[in-house]
Amino acid sequence: MNPSTAGTQLGQPNTTAIFFFLLFVGITLAITWWAARKTKTTSEFFAAGGGISAAQNGFALAGDFMSAASFLGIAGLVATSGFDGLIYSVGWLVGWPVVTFLIAEPLRNLGKYTFADVVAYRLKQTPVRLSAAVGTLTVVVFYLIAQMVGAGNLIRLLFGLSYETAVVIVGAVMILYVLFGGMIATTWVQIVKAVLLLGGATALAGAVLYKFGFSPTALFSEAVNRYGPEALAPGKLVSNPLETISLGVALMFGTAGLPHILMRFYTVPDAKAARTSVFYATGLIGFFYLVTFILGFGASVLVGRQAIVGVDKGGNMAAPMLAEVVGGTGFLGFISAVSFATILAVVAGLTLSGAAALSHDLWSSVVRKGHAPEAEQLKVARISSLLLGILAVILGVLFKNQNVAFMVGLAFAIAASANFPALLLSMLWKNFTTKGAVASMLTGSISAVLLIFLSPTVQVELLGNASAIFPLKNPGIVTIPLSFIVGWVVSLLAPEAEASRRFAEVEHRMHVGAVVKPPVTVPTGVAGTVPPGIPEAPQKV
Amino acid sequence: MYGNSKDDLLKALAARRWRVAGALTVAMLVAYLGFILLVAFNRPLMGHQFMPGLSVGIVLGALTILLAWVLTGVYMLWANRKYDRALDDLRR
Repeated sequence: MNPSTAGTQLGQPNTTAIFFFLLFVGITLAITWWAARKTKTTSEFFAAGGGISAAQNGFALAGDFMSAASFLGIAGLVATSGFDGLIYSVGWLVGWPVVTFLIAEPLRNLGKYTFADVVAYRLKQTPVRLSAAVGTLTVVVFYLIAQMVGAGNLIRLLFGLSYETAVVIVGAVMILYVLFGGMIATTWVQIVKAVLLLGGATALAGAVLYKFGFSPTALFSEAVNRYGPEALAPGKLVSNPLETISLGVALMFGTAGLPHILMRFYTVPDAKAARTSVFYATGLIGFFYLVTFILGFGASVLVGRQAIVGVDKGGNMAAPMLAEVVGGTGFLGFISAVSFATILAVVAGLTLSGAAALSHDLWSSVVRKGHAPEAEQLKVARISSLLLGILAVILGVLFKNQNVAFMVGLAFAIAASANFPALLLSMLWKNFTTKGAVASMLTGSISAVLLIFLSPTVQVELLGNASAIFPLKNPGIVTIPLSFIVGWVVSLLAPEAEASRRFAEVEHRMHVGAVVKPPVTVPTGVAGTVPPGIPEAPQKV
Repeated sequence: MYGNSKDDLLKALAARRWRVAGALTVAMLVAYLGFILLVAFNRPLMGHQFMPGLSVGIVLGALTILLAWVLTGVYMLWANRKYDRALDDLRR
């Protein structure tokens, strides 16, 4: 084995890890089998029939968001550079209040399966859904690549499996969840994973704090003794303030544009449950980040920075190594299995949201103009999931040994620039038009991808050039305002009378839900056809 | 359909929700940008340990996380108690 792993069981086949992992896969596949029998309609496939409670959705949202990257990555960052990890944690969290205040309820009341339902509500279906699908699929693909490559590397380190084997296992199990169990299975996988991850991380933090008389400051002081007062101060992560702010806004508004997060709001029965679920999720995720901070410091003191970096340059193995130090091989196995389960659950959620864009936005709305029968929609949804799952495996293998860490940042930047501005403008601004929405979404996607290509991350770190044309690693501070401005200007240049006339209907429904009107009263000939994104069942008055 | 006055009341209620939501969003944004700007421009302050093992930066970071949760809680309580009740009245 790798000589640098001497002194740790990491990377050796670990019986406990394999046992816990098989247990997790067994339980989740049993859930999938149960969910498959309840998944007979598109609504059940994509939105669990709206039957998920606020608390359940809170855990599932947290599960969707707490990726292995944030668990292992942030713990590693804190372990190797101290305070700096907290800057990331705060950034990842502050998007959630924005989701609560601005997005959750209107989205629940206006849409059906995707955020494009909301943007396209009073606009022309085909162009809006095409551009929304571009944004969604770009986000999903970059996020999937990052997760799959991360999965391959992590599992190789944790279990000693080959990279390709790991990617194929993740892909195959995830396809089973999504293909057969749809949103019901995916939601429960997220819940189980969230409980395991929170439980595991809390137990580990408890074991660390136990050694320091349950005093975090004693732990931090020990870190100061070892690594100097810099451990508790901002370090080299923030050498460029503009960079930090740009990353910050991308994280803040990116959360409000992530397709797999937005989709979860359709799984709850009403707007009240939607807002309550984000409250639970924000609490769980915030708690998780505070725990991760303790884990990072625990690892830097109990394992040592040198040992952590010796195993993995990025510091990603800090949390598993800490588990081995405080709890032995058994605990290492448990944490390894939880990390594996975490990746599985996140890719399942991503794949499902991509499949919704493909089948609901592209196939049912654009190709079939809302006339696809239910059975066909469900079939296309399943085929889309299968194709995306296979694509995820292929991409995972193709990008082996590539530095893909920037792709999560890229996914957030695209989500914040392509999806969030159009979504917000469509809910708030009467004079928003089809052309404005299309221009805003495409500008967001293209400018974010282009500027990241021109950024130091790709030009200097990946391609080895001496300098980059665009100075910032994260383009959010440029692309988010740009996308708003383009949407605004284009809408003003070519007003759309029909869209602004129907704003009253949007406003009404956004707050009241689908109450007053019978299912569909859209005048014929308006905006192409009847928007397919309208829930059939009105709420009870 | 609604009578005009009911429609107006609903519009006013909707506007109130956006105002509350907007104000809370701005509060979060200000707190977060404040934290980031302090990190970027006042490292000595953030690194200052006002007691052994606890720096200003750690406390402010943890408080920002806590504030995010508290603000969502404040919104949820307002919406559940005031907004939903007013909405229910309008639905009748």
